[in-house]
Amino acid sequence: MSQALHTLTLTQLAAGLERGEFSSVELAEALLGRIEAHGQTLNAFVTVTAERALAAAKRADDVRSEGGAGVLNGLPLVHKDIFCTRDVLTTCGSRMLENFVSPYDATVVERLADAGAVVLGKTNMDEFAMGSSNETSYFGPVRNPWNLDCSPGGSSGGLAAAVAARLTPAATGTDTGGSIRQPAALTGTVGLKPTYGRVSRYGMIAFASSLDQAGVITRCSADAALLLGVMAGFDERDSTCIDHPVPDYVSALSGSLKGLRVGIVRQHFDEGLDAQTGVAVKDALAVLESQGAILTEVDLPNLDLSVPTYYVVAPAECSSNLSRFDGVRFGHRAENPEDLFDLYCRSRGEGFGAEVKRRIMTGTYVLSAGYYDAYYLKAQQVRQLIADDFRKAFADVDVIAGPTAPTPAFKLGDKTDDPITMYLNDIYTIGANLAGLPGISTPCGLVDGLPVGLHLVGPHWGEEIVLNCAHQYEQQTDWHQACPGDFQ
Amino acid sequence: MSLDKDQVQHIATLARLSLADDEFAETVDKLSRIVDFVDQLSQAATADVVPMAHPLDAAQRLRSDQVTEPNIRDHVQENAPSTGNGLYLVPKVIE
Repeated sequence: MSQALHTLTLTQLAAGLERGEFSSVELAEALLGRIEAHGQTLNAFVTVTAERALAAAKRADDVRSEGGAGVLNGLPLVHKDIFCTRDVLTTCGSRMLENFVSPYDATVVERLADAGAVVLGKTNMDEFAMGSSNETSYFGPVRNPWNLDCSPGGSSGGLAAAVAARLTPAATGTDTGGSIRQPAALTGTVGLKPTYGRVSRYGMIAFASSLDQAGVITRCSADAALLLGVMAGFDERDSTCIDHPVPDYVSALSGSLKGLRVGIVRQHFDEGLDAQTGVAVKDALAVLESQGAILTEVDLPNLDLSVPTYYVVAPAECSSNLSRFDGVRFGHRAENPEDLFDLYCRSRGEGFGAEVKRRIMTGTYVLSAGYYDAYYLKAQQVRQLIADDFRKAFADVDVIAGPTAPTPAFKLGDKTDDPITMYLNDIYTIGANLAGLPGISTPCGLVDGLPVGLHLVGPHWGEEIVLNCAHQYEQQTDWHQACPGDFQ
Repeated sequence: MSLDKDQVQHIATLARLSLADDEFAETVDKLSRIVDFVDQLSQAATADVVPMAHPLDAAQRLRSDQVTEPNIRDHVQENAPSTGNGLYLVPKVIE
């Protein structure tokens, strides 16, 4: 073995396993050792499933020796703690589900297991995926491996930190407003959010059902392509999962960027963007151009309204989805309730953290009698305008490129006082969720030692376009290989 | 403040959420800021715009009305705080 196993990507590990350079058990042991050494420093994990992982790795080695191994056979990964896993805790970062063990596996979990993946554990996250800094987790904030005083972003903070610190080569996540792409940008990893309906939401604890989509965080786009091929596809257990053919995403990575029309949105580079981040992103655009891409300015006139639209639609859906947590069937229950009403109110009041309560209440307000038309209906109309803007833009371009987040990682505690400041972190990513579009963030620079990301958004079902574009960029640059100093 | 204490208490009641005394003032302040923030939507010109129902204009899929899952009640109820004879137990509702 010429290189330590934790430094290798999923694609490299697959080749090494295939050539018999190391076993799945050796690989799992090496990474579990890394998690043991660094997991607590970062607070990246809620549950580490060491025994199960070693048993699964042993099975993977046996299967390989017998022939007929799945595409991910013996390859390690972690799940965001929002995906239901049979026999292992699923907390969603909440006191409400502190002791919850799902009776079934999420489709994503099932498909990856069937392909032979070895699950090392489940990662910390903002409570019910509501947050952009991983500070709303009941289990405490995650620390950014690039600077332990900084946030790794959120809500997929734990998995982003774990991938960045080389504790795992890959992770599943979810993205409702930027929860995969923003933490990927802030930790120097690759984050992919597919088209709405591309991946089944079955067994993925619901936050905002018209926006939620499962995806991955990896260290390169080729690994994201490999995983998406396994995760994507129709599932009759999710009524919003769309029956659309699944292409070979890995083979889509060979396309040239020559003639690719890349849209640039002028407002993405307005005063809200940190200047040095802007320079890094413009450098990345120049790299795409040098590969033959044609940069074109496009207009998204309603972009400014995307964050307020999101903060009506998402809370409205969350207030409805989270009504299932009633202290009766599962989840936290208050002690000694006076009556049923008291049982509901105190179980929910104690089980949910402050941000989740705010979002439920915002949603309750915008859906309540007399306010529905002014807020919810209005927001769904503006959402249509935003989707129309994208539709028009994609008539002229193949992909839209810009920054993933307005700044590099910020200090823990810096944005917790004002919800609006926190919400504006997702200003560049939320549009893709509102319109159901695929997006990817890939590392494109370091600003004062902290990573920043290039964001690429494609048309519906344009995963191959964004993956290939990010992959070609990664062939020309080595930002995605940068590793935080303490985690080499 | 766009929301007052009584409104916030009313919303909390609708949402079945108890708020501790020390979190109530902060909730009034932050919810007001959120409502002020989303109020900018009122300026958008949306006459004749059809509200979005689905990001890909997909229609609701239906399936035949057939049993697809086995009965795993006992397994499911392992997560329940209080059960008896296969039922979920709650404080007495009818006097």
